[in-house]
Amino acid sequence: MTENMLEVTGLGHVYRAKEQTHTAFGDISFAVDRGEIVCIVGPSGCGKSTLLRCLSGLLRPTSGTVSLHGTEVTEVPDELAMVFQDYSRSLFPWRTVAGNIEFPLRGRELSKAQRRERVEEALSWVGLSGAATKYPWQLSGGMQQRVAIARALAYRPMLMLMDEPFASVDAQTRAELEDLVLQVRAEHEMTVLLVTHDVDESVYLGDRVLVLSKSPASVVETLSVDLPAPRDQIGTRGAEEFVRLRTEVAQRIRNTAPTS
Amino acid sequence: MKIFAQRWLVFLGCLVVWQFAAASGANPYFPPPLRILRAAGDLWFSGPAWHLWLTSSVGDDILPSLARLLIGWAVAAVIGVLAGIALGRSAVATDYVAPLLSFARAVPPPLLVPVFLVVFGIGPQMEVATIVLGVVWPILLNTIDGARSVDAVKVETARAFRITRSRWILGVVLPSALPKVFAGLRVSLALSLILMVVSELVGSTSGIGFQLVNAQQATFDYPAMWAWIALISVLGYVLNGLFLAVERRVLGWHHGYTGQAGR
Repeated sequence: MTENMLEVTGLGHVYRAKEQTHTAFGDISFAVDRGEIVCIVGPSGCGKSTLLRCLSGLLRPTSGTVSLHGTEVTEVPDELAMVFQDYSRSLFPWRTVAGNIEFPLRGRELSKAQRRERVEEALSWVGLSGAATKYPWQLSGGMQQRVAIARALAYRPMLMLMDEPFASVDAQTRAELEDLVLQVRAEHEMTVLLVTHDVDESVYLGDRVLVLSKSPASVVETLSVDLPAPRDQIGTRGAEEFVRLRTEVAQRIRNTAPTS
Repeated sequence: MKIFAQRWLVFLGCLVVWQFAAASGANPYFPPPLRILRAAGDLWFSGPAWHLWLTSSVGDDILPSLARLLIGWAVAAVIGVLAGIALGRSAVATDYVAPLLSFARAVPPPLLVPVFLVVFGIGPQMEVATIVLGVVWPILLNTIDGARSVDAVKVETARAFRITRSRWILGVVLPSALPKVFAGLRVSLALSLILMVVSELVGSTSGIGFQLVNAQQATFDYPAMWAWIALISVLGYVLNGLFLAVERRVLGWHHGYTGQAGR
């Protein structure tokens, strides 16, 4: 379990637009082990999403390296799947739920029957077996994000990156989806890197929490979360250790000095 | 039934007023609708029973006209969509050809008829060429616009899942552009009908446009002339209706998606 899956060294990204430059983050280093859920939490606008896009290979960082299994990431690696915040724009409205999940699988060497099997399996993992022939826009927001998660799961990634995946669903649905991530990780040994601005969420989900400072961001703290599994929305969140950790994370975020 | 009545009441009312006005006016250039209807019956539905009562004019004029219209429109659709997607996904290429496109679409399409008359002579090639060059622009420009504006999140989603180039074009760009493509196709279909008639007015020896101008200039059969005009509007109505039916099927997702977007 201590195998380094993702290694980030001295990562930085600077946006250049005409005269102005904007440093999204300067010098970020951390590692993610296999089977871990690592939450990256930081204040709004600190460059969390930019960081995730650099990690995924969607965006070329201006300095530093990302390596997955020792191979430097220069484009999106095969073993990686992504869940975006804006599920309604990330899903393809002209495809059914099953069609959305199947679409990325077509590029892989799978027979039609194998693809269908994976789609059905992924749908059952997220509890949407009955919705295969529906269109995403016929579903509620929470169900649409489940479809996006199912699409990532069917892809069988080693690493799942989630960019504020629950930021646009209501509190009840958010709790359900959080538990879905924990359940998926427990059942399928997934490694998850999740970006959020929600302090409680980061502690509830994470094995480790990386706290980022304000822009330009850097890792100001790495906290190990020693809360027992399985975690429970009511029990865990009421535990003394949870409250202590969330307070610590919140304080670290508040204390990060604005540097601009 | 009530909706049907609402939609057609004014239309039928106008016909009745026209009937009485024309009958009392007795102007030979403006025959009453019932005379026009009788002329239409004589022209197209007085054939032998073994021909389903259709006259030879249906096979000699109407069907060839329709064929030229549909061929011209289909060729324009293929060219417009293929070129539109290619240009829409390449900002550089679009910059190069943008002035050309602006000039080309500013040319009123009927003005090309004399040019093609010289190039192809009288006949179906001239008509099809006129239609293709006249109607390709709305399709092309709309497709460029649609292909260019693929949602940024979908672009990243496709990249994140390593969607191959061909699947990206066919599975993401084309469907994204489809609502705009259909808007262009619909405008072009109406334009195809106009160009079909106009090209036949001047450069044909058969077809709807030819028979129209023939009834007006050679046989002075004004009820027949009006019957051809009425036929053209009926064709326009029917073609548009068929097109909308296809669009509703193909773009059903779009209406559902945009209908729910505010949620």
